[in-house]
Amino acid sequence: MAGVRALGSLSRLTTRRYTLFPGVTRRTFKFAACMMARTHVSYEVKGDVAVVRMNDPTAKVNTLSVQMQKDMTEVMDEVWGNSAVQSVVLISSKPGCFIAGADISMIKACKTAEEVTGLSQEGQRMFEKIEKSPKPIVAAINGSCLGGGLEFAIACQYRIATKSKKTVLGCPEVMLGLLPGAGGTQRLPKMLGLPSAFDVMLTGRSIRADKAKKMGLVHQLVDTLGPGLKSPEERTIEYLEEVAVEAARGLAQKKITLTKEKGWMQKIQDYVMSYPFVRQQIYNTVEKKVMKQTKGLYPAPLKIIESVKAGVEQGPTTGYLVESQQFGKLAMTNESKALIGLYHGQVACKKNRFGTPEKEVKTLAILGAGLMGAGIAQVTVDKGIHTILKDTTVDGLSRGEQQVFKGLNDKTKKKSLTSFERDTFLSNLTGQLDYNGFNKADMIIEAVFEDLSIKHKVLKEVEAVIPPHCIFATNTSALPIKDIAAVSKRPDKVVGMHYFSPVDKMQLLEIITTDKTSKDTTASAVAVGLKQGKVIIVVGDGPGFYTTRCLAPMLAEAVRILQEGTDPKKLDSLTTGFGFPVGAATLADEVGIDVAAHVAEDLGKAFGSRFGGGNVEFLKSMVEKGFKGRKSGKGCYVYQPGLKRRDVNTEALEILEAYKLTPNAAISSDSDIQYRLVSRFVNEAVLCLQEGILANPVEGDIGAVFGLGFPPCLGGPFRFVDSFGADKLVEKMRRFEEVFGNQFTPCQLLLDHARDPSKKFHK
Amino acid sequence: MASMLMTSLRSSPLTSVQAVQFAARSLSTSVHLQAQAKSKKSLAKPGVKNIVLVEGVRTPFLLSGTTYSDLMPHDLARAALQGLLKRTGIPKDAVDYIVYGAVIQEVKTSNVAREAALGAGFSDKTPAHTVTMACISSNQAMTTAVGLIAAGQCDAVVAGGVEFMSDVPIRHSRKMRKTMLSLNKAKTLGARLSLLGSIRLAHLAPELPAVAELSTAETMGHSADRLAAAFGVSRLEQDEFALRSHTLAKKAQDGGLLSDVVGFEVPGKDIVSKDNGIRPSTMEQMAKLKPAFVKPHGTVTAANSSFLTDGASAVLIMSEEKALAMGYKPKAYLRDFVYVSQDPKDQLLLGPTYATPKVLEKSGLTMDDIDVFEFHEAFAGQIMANLKAMGSDWFAQTYMGRKTKVGVPPMEKFNTWGGSLSLGHPFGATGCRLVTTVAHRLQKEGGQYGLVAACAAGGQGHAMVIEAYPQ
Repeated sequence: MAGVRALGSLSRLTTRRYTLFPGVTRRTFKFAACMMARTHVSYEVKGDVAVVRMNDPTAKVNTLSVQMQKDMTEVMDEVWGNSAVQSVVLISSKPGCFIAGADISMIKACKTAEEVTGLSQEGQRMFEKIEKSPKPIVAAINGSCLGGGLEFAIACQYRIATKSKKTVLGCPEVMLGLLPGAGGTQRLPKMLGLPSAFDVMLTGRSIRADKAKKMGLVHQLVDTLGPGLKSPEERTIEYLEEVAVEAARGLAQKKITLTKEKGWMQKIQDYVMSYPFVRQQIYNTVEKKVMKQTKGLYPAPLKIIESVKAGVEQGPTTGYLVESQQFGKLAMTNESKALIGLYHGQVACKKNRFGTPEKEVKTLAILGAGLMGAGIAQVTVDKGIHTILKDTTVDGLSRGEQQVFKGLNDKTKKKSLTSFERDTFLSNLTGQLDYNGFNKADMIIEAVFEDLSIKHKVLKEVEAVIPPHCIFATNTSALPIKDIAAVSKRPDKVVGMHYFSPVDKMQLLEIITTDKTSKDTTASAVAVGLKQGKVIIVVGDGPGFYTTRCLAPMLAEAVRILQEGTDPKKLDSLTTGFGFPVGAATLADEVGIDVAAHVAEDLGKAFGSRFGGGNVEFLKSMVEKGFKGRKSGKGCYVYQPGLKRRDVNTEALEILEAYKLTPNAAISSDSDIQYRLVSRFVNEAVLCLQEGILANPVEGDIGAVFGLGFPPCLGGPFRFVDSFGADKLVEKMRRFEEVFGNQFTPCQLLLDHARDPSKKFHK
Repeated sequence: MASMLMTSLRSSPLTSVQAVQFAARSLSTSVHLQAQAKSKKSLAKPGVKNIVLVEGVRTPFLLSGTTYSDLMPHDLARAALQGLLKRTGIPKDAVDYIVYGAVIQEVKTSNVAREAALGAGFSDKTPAHTVTMACISSNQAMTTAVGLIAAGQCDAVVAGGVEFMSDVPIRHSRKMRKTMLSLNKAKTLGARLSLLGSIRLAHLAPELPAVAELSTAETMGHSADRLAAAFGVSRLEQDEFALRSHTLAKKAQDGGLLSDVVGFEVPGKDIVSKDNGIRPSTMEQMAKLKPAFVKPHGTVTAANSSFLTDGASAVLIMSEEKALAMGYKPKAYLRDFVYVSQDPKDQLLLGPTYATPKVLEKSGLTMDDIDVFEFHEAFAGQIMANLKAMGSDWFAQTYMGRKTKVGVPPMEKFNTWGGSLSLGHPFGATGCRLVTTVAHRLQKEGGQYGLVAACAAGGQGHAMVIEAYPQ
């Protein structure tokens, strides 16, 4: 499955690293113990400035937990009551984190929307007091300032942020199906203007300090410091505090004024915005854009627009009320639960459950400089790993090296890398045609053509030149690893690493272990994957492993639906309408029709009629005509470079004519088509869990969403079964089974869940 | 291990001939050295030629854009060379080689050493080359000379440095240059016209040279501000140090101690014989200045930074034998030297901290043995940060792999005739000034060992031990 590309909301969710609400469960049990003492917030008076320090002793990051809020309220009351204090600095003692967000366990613990609304209102009240503080408060931000943390900061009178790479500001609530529920939807539009505020809240993107300064989100920037008389991190926080104390003093003495001279652009914008019909136009445009991107499947963005609108048009009282009410409602939605589940899953899949490998991989050799090989190289060189990229031809190698350069250079153009960093990273890459230096390699990842005999040849060649400890990882999407390992002299060192294309964009890495793969080999593969920034699932060996095996029946069904005369565009809109970021027909083109044909045939042989559906011969005829999908310019669609619009490939439709099937009207409604596609996917996923290919449902959900684009709003196949109801799904499948037979026979585990509604994959 | 071996070798009994020389020298220097016992009586090494500084001169260092503003870099270098010739009276053909340091390159005189040497009337048979190593360029020129002599290839070498900030090469934009170069190659009128037509307004924006690191894109002043903050150097400390530099420089100037300065008759203008950047101010006035780089809370200002300077320097370096044979009385021995480099981002200006212990170890001396310290003052904050780093066990252990701190030079021995902050800092020329000043101070104050240390762009640094020549 060399070409799954997630777009739209999925890529939003996947490409941004956000650290909201981590490590929660532990904390819920701690309340009782903490209630007594003030443990999370302390303060110190420096001259006439109170420095309020936040530090959650129970976690790596600060969250707005019950204890934090209680301590903060107490401390602030003392500070306000202290006549010696003229101004306040709010700072975190944690390196790399101001406040990472609200405590999600608080929301999880709520049973009703009203309870959550109550939480939101408490937050609103607390920040209102901060906003109206008679003593100016300076938020000194170093590290992540997200969600509730940002809402806290923008309630303060002045914000100073460090230029550290870890300092990011943002409202990632939308990615959890929520909205900024502690005044964010009310304060941000005032501070940034409607367009920027919508951008920040609807994308949930993280904003770096320098950008935040330009937007007007922070007032002042502080450099990070290098080594001095203390460690750089420690001294940087100290320096930030020094600068913030000075600023607080300046504010109290009115040496620093908060009203900034407005630029003429700002004046014009304010003037235009003063007309209600202009604002209405903005709401409409934003709403339309949201509808187009989410297909109405995600309620949070619309509620954000609604809350902002209520505040701007009907005044703050209504605004805050709407915000808290909508926050409560959103927290109860399945979408939010699904997204939060994905977030937790993602965090879990960023850990190495196999422990620290015995030997760190310092030299990695990649065989094959194709799209995958070069992609793997690109995500490796910038992690300080010496990377050998080997190909058999100068042309192939040159193309691959060019791809790595382009990947890094694009980052330079976007200014996320300096040209100097790019060049330094590239110096980790050695392109070559021979096995020179392989005797020093710690790991090999082969990404040669998907053909067992070629893989065998390569494995034998490589094993002759690599040191004994070197791990051999094979990047394949469907060939069973044990078949590849069959010719190995040391099968314990062989492992599968299934990357998804494009490697630098797709976050998932599926690692496949055989029963001979040693634990250390797995640990090492996971460690390398994590270094490369991947979300990792570790699955058992078998035809198609997990991801390919789930996708194959769905694509087989898609082909049948095409054969039944459904237009590719219609098929796409049905799938995207269900929440898939990429339509089924487009997905086939992305993956490659030839690959799809290859896989369908292989897995068909392995699993028999259950993997039937569409006619493989149709795919083969397409390949014969050269319609291999996007890479060949033609597949289900015609792709023209530079042209965004694509037309249906009429020649492909002609081929389809030859394989035409008559649809059965009883199971061909739009909704039925959607469920025919999804139920086969889901059933196969559950079967993988039943057979032990999957270790747990969490990895199943993560693999499906991050690797295959399963609708994020559904949270993955397992969460979908939980929320949709196994019984209802089985019922649908039975209907399809009557017509198509065993392709729709629900697996035993699914039937178990259908029989007993108390059985859930996710607790 | 190797260095330990060398040290023990050095301290082992010398061969008889050298021992005699040794004894003779320590006798003759004993007059000045009664006060303090040194770790080593001399840094002469068996089998290594003694290399001496015969003379060192410099043009007055002027604020850029003042009297020198219409000159070219090689004019200044020529003035220094002529000054050296005049003062030493050395026959022009006795000089075997000329090395010059320069940082900002005038494209017309990329080998400024050669142009200046020809203009100064040196023999056209004397080869000359130019080196560059940011603010330690002329140190590099001098050590190149030392290398040539030590290797037995030359006996008398002139080293120097020049910097001319009144005029710097400002280039057309890359796009414009590309268009202009293609224009050269265009064959037809049509091709030329279409190229000319492709010129846009944006093409005309010029490219200015910046004192910024290519690797980090950070200007040096910004880095200095961060460095000062990292070591907790306050604005007050920086202003005090800057004021000290100016006050001491003024005293030295008035007391006639800056004898390395040679007058320069600037064509069409008056004769210049004094540095013009020495301006002792008051703490109050200095406190008024706004930070120059990190705004609004930075601590580095125009008053506590070295200013853009025009100037050139030159020294005559010879083997001791040759100098004595030619009847010269050398000023000092040039002994061990080191170059160091570290992280160009966060430790850009910490060269002296790293170089000092290294060169001391090499020569077998301790901080206490040094009578005269001359450190390059790029910024008051940079000097203070270096002093704090040298005084910190934690820093030495964490970042330098040492067991204990380097040690802080006593201020009464430190830059007592002013420094780059007050005298000025023509990038390429400062190194020779430092070495000459050490030699002069050793002579004047009667010390035996002096230490030069400097930082440079790129996160590099240099240090050299200088030994007084027995008077």
